[in-house]
Amino acid sequence: MCLAVPAKLIEQDGHHGMVDLHGNRLPVNTMMTPDAQNGDWILIHAGFAIERLDPEEARKTWALIADVQRAAGEGEAQEHTPQQRLAAATPGELL
Amino acid sequence: MSLTQHTIDDLLQRLDVAAKTIGHDVAFMEVCGTHTTSSFRCGLPSVMPSNVRLISGPGCPVCVTSQGDIDRLIDLGLRQDVILCTYGDMLRVPGKQGTLEAARARGGRIEIVYSSMDAVKLARREAGREVVFAAVGFETTAPATAAAICEAQRLNISNFSVLASHKRIIPAMRALLADGEIPAIKGFLCPGHVSVIIGSEVYAPIVEEFGVSCVIGGFEPAQLIAALVCLTELVVENKTALVNQYPEAVHKKGNRWALALLEQIFEPGDARWRGMGTLPDSGLILRREYQRFDAALRFNLPEPQEREPKGCICGKVISGAALPVQCKLFGKSCTPISPIGPCMVSSEGTCSAWFKYGNFRQMTLPKRQEKELLEVQS
Repeated sequence: MCLAVPAKLIEQDGHHGMVDLHGNRLPVNTMMTPDAQNGDWILIHAGFAIERLDPEEARKTWALIADVQRAAGEGEAQEHTPQQRLAAATPGELL
Repeated sequence: MSLTQHTIDDLLQRLDVAAKTIGHDVAFMEVCGTHTTSSFRCGLPSVMPSNVRLISGPGCPVCVTSQGDIDRLIDLGLRQDVILCTYGDMLRVPGKQGTLEAARARGGRIEIVYSSMDAVKLARREAGREVVFAAVGFETTAPATAAAICEAQRLNISNFSVLASHKRIIPAMRALLADGEIPAIKGFLCPGHVSVIIGSEVYAPIVEEFGVSCVIGGFEPAQLIAALVCLTELVVENKTALVNQYPEAVHKKGNRWALALLEQIFEPGDARWRGMGTLPDSGLILRREYQRFDAALRFNLPEPQEREPKGCICGKVISGAALPVQCKLFGKSCTPISPIGPCMVSSEGTCSAWFKYGNFRQMTLPKRQEKELLEVQS
């Protein structure tokens, strides 16, 4: 039940937001993320945006994980933040 | 090969090395239904080192809702003057009067909603009938209920109420650690999306008091394994720590707007958990100013009578004290098609995950658990 999916905020009017979720437009309530701007990635749970995703933190996490392996360089890690992979994923791959 | 594949391979290798270094059995617990499903779906149990176990704890909101609370909900759903709004997960949980699905077939008006706000909208449209929102879920979901109550208050909607059985995860984790019956665990894989709301630093007292690690993890395979690597390496180093492995979404203090909503509408109170009894301060009850939205008071509902379906050991499964295969009903009379216990009903339930992804017939149990199995069944 605590499932939440990342989506891109594209419109806002007060607490009424609209996100792009794999090409689908989905209304979302943004009262819990008043600092979110259009273009931000937000986590959606039960019709509410519950947090703004921090791309810099995501990048750092994945860069750290990527450090484990010798083959990939820092540059490659930067190109594969979870958001970017999500953007490239097909709907079936979404949790 | 993609970066993710490289990462997962390397992480698994690191997990193996750490597990070998430990040399003995070690167990961690996750307390989130979405972690249960994600880990099974990506096949994590099949690639785990043989001496590392990830136990599913009380993380599925449907599963932890007490049978008495479910019975009460279904009773309400059968009333002719009530429209009962629920998230889809609750629809097929059996109560003493059947399921909500069956209640709907018998004429009860049960509506599945995607968001709590949909229930408020419905109450506005159907001014002549009482609309009750079945509010289950942990801290991730509770702010949405709080927001719905705020909205109903703002719009002065008098035919809207909630039957709240929200749960708080920290008191449950404490109760598990204090309970000697639960297998000794070295650390928690803490729930990512609950932590989005409550923050990371609330786990610090658990680390200090109980000497277990708390690692907050995301839900993608690599994130899950990374959290397990972290937990296992902490055991190797003989350390306990609080680590936030999901910093892109989880902050130290959580989501202050969501917490403010919760604070405004709810206060911590005792809650009934399936198989774990009543735990102090483990639930969220409506503050006095908002009690007019409490369906239990509005309809003068009697105190729920606690009971467990006959032969069902969901209570033990939820607290990590038994595995689904240790239940006599599992995979026989209790299947996802005709579930008996909530852990099989909910798609996030441990039994459901074992049935769907577990290849349970080939699973062998360690000797100690075989003994427990015989005890449970006798």
